[in-house]
Amino acid sequence: MSTRSASATQVLFDAPGPRGRARIRLLSVLSVLAIAAVLGLGLWQFGRNGQLAADKWLPYLRRDYLAFLGEGLLGTLRATAVAAVVAFPFGLLLALGRLSRLRVLSAVAAAWIEFFRGIPMLLVVYAFLLALPAYGVTFPRFWMLVIPMILVSSATTAEVFRAGIRAVDRGQHEAGAAIGLTSGQTMSAVILPQAVRLVLPSLVLALVSLLKDSTLGYVVSVNELQFQGKTMVSITRYLVQTYLVVSGIYIVLNILLTRAAHLLDARMRRRAATG
Amino acid sequence: MQILVENWPLLLQGIGTTIALTLLGYAFALVLGTVVAVCRVSPIPPLRWAGTVYVEIFRNIPLLSLLILLAFGLPDAGLVLPYFWCGVLGLTLSSAAFVGENIRSGINTVPVGHAEAARSIGLGFFGVLRFVVLPQAFRTMVQPLVNVFIGTLIGSSLCAAISVGETTYVTQQLNIRSAEAVLLFLVAGVVYLALSLLAAYGGRRLEARLAPGGSGRLRPSVRLQGAAQA
Repeated sequence: MSTRSASATQVLFDAPGPRGRARIRLLSVLSVLAIAAVLGLGLWQFGRNGQLAADKWLPYLRRDYLAFLGEGLLGTLRATAVAAVVAFPFGLLLALGRLSRLRVLSAVAAAWIEFFRGIPMLLVVYAFLLALPAYGVTFPRFWMLVIPMILVSSATTAEVFRAGIRAVDRGQHEAGAAIGLTSGQTMSAVILPQAVRLVLPSLVLALVSLLKDSTLGYVVSVNELQFQGKTMVSITRYLVQTYLVVSGIYIVLNILLTRAAHLLDARMRRRAATG
Repeated sequence: MQILVENWPLLLQGIGTTIALTLLGYAFALVLGTVVAVCRVSPIPPLRWAGTVYVEIFRNIPLLSLLILLAFGLPDAGLVLPYFWCGVLGLTLSSAAFVGENIRSGINTVPVGHAEAARSIGLGFFGVLRFVVLPQAFRTMVQPLVNVFIGTLIGSSLCAAISVGETTYVTQQLNIRSAEAVLLFLVAGVVYLALSLLAAYGGRRLEARLAPGGSGRLRPSVRLQGAAQA
């Protein structure tokens, strides 16, 4: 193991001596064997049911398969992007509303936030899909996915923004007041620019949530990756393969986004440290 | 109103299934998540890697994709589970990744000196964890673990997509038969809200009990929050 900075996880055990090292080596070998056995068992189970056959996996390298999945991926990214573009500013407004000194405004914003944070998005999706049409309210399918995404995400990002605004030093408010700014001007010219920068990494993580939420296009029949997988399955009948490939794509995308968030966070911490 | 009066047993059954999915999924996730966290802080490199790979996979897979894979994909490979247990398994696998992360970062908040002190009086790896680090770490973990519970509760609604008869599924089924849709969805929404508020309240009580001196310290710093589960 490379030596890292002394975090608690490194100090839980002593730097091992010769006997300790031998024991760690033995346990390492044993755990590698155990992990290999589990993976092997899984592969064996797949193989026994004929799911490892090359002709069931190679099609995913064919251009038309890739194009088909790519189309779904594009739909996923589009839904995520549109939802983020609307939900993030909306979330900021909700946060400002909740922090407002107007009782009514703050109560309404708080109720909105708590409501959409506390209920599952699928319920909102079903409401848009099934309940509203009964009253003659219908949207194009894309919006039946994206509007619930916006509603739910605005509530969670509002809390992110609120934490960011509260994390800005109190002295900044006082400084704003001291140079004669109104509280509104202080907010927009002094506090918000700092708060938004503080929450930037958390907003990137909010994209991960949105990306996950977009899989509900499967329920709404919107052309996104998960739904595209469903369509593909109904044609090819390669169930495990398709769903594994689709899940893999999501995992890779989300890992990249999470990495980006952590890099951004680390960079901003360094900047804050050096002043 | 009519529809609620006529179908309340069905609705109650749905709520019961939601609670069962959540409790089972969360209980298993606590166990599995602790194992994952211990692996990630252990001195054995392959176990560390396995823990990290587990967390990276199951934290980043959308829950719906996981449930579909378990319910509709795996039967192809001869692994058939009833849909209810697919739901429990999916929730467990996903929540365990978040539990593991929270326990690990909880362990990291305990000052290094405490672990060193514990080692200097002769405690081994498990002794340090069991008697010194985990009891302190647990306090900082309550809030994040309650959030995982609420995430599991909200995530359990996705089991409707693999036809497990929980609250969301029942609501959607009843909706087809009736015109009182808005009322139905409001009731379902209130059920989820009530359950998650209850969990949040329980979490706050637990945290207050565990806090030393009973004073709630407010730390207004922005920590990078984990992305929501579902």
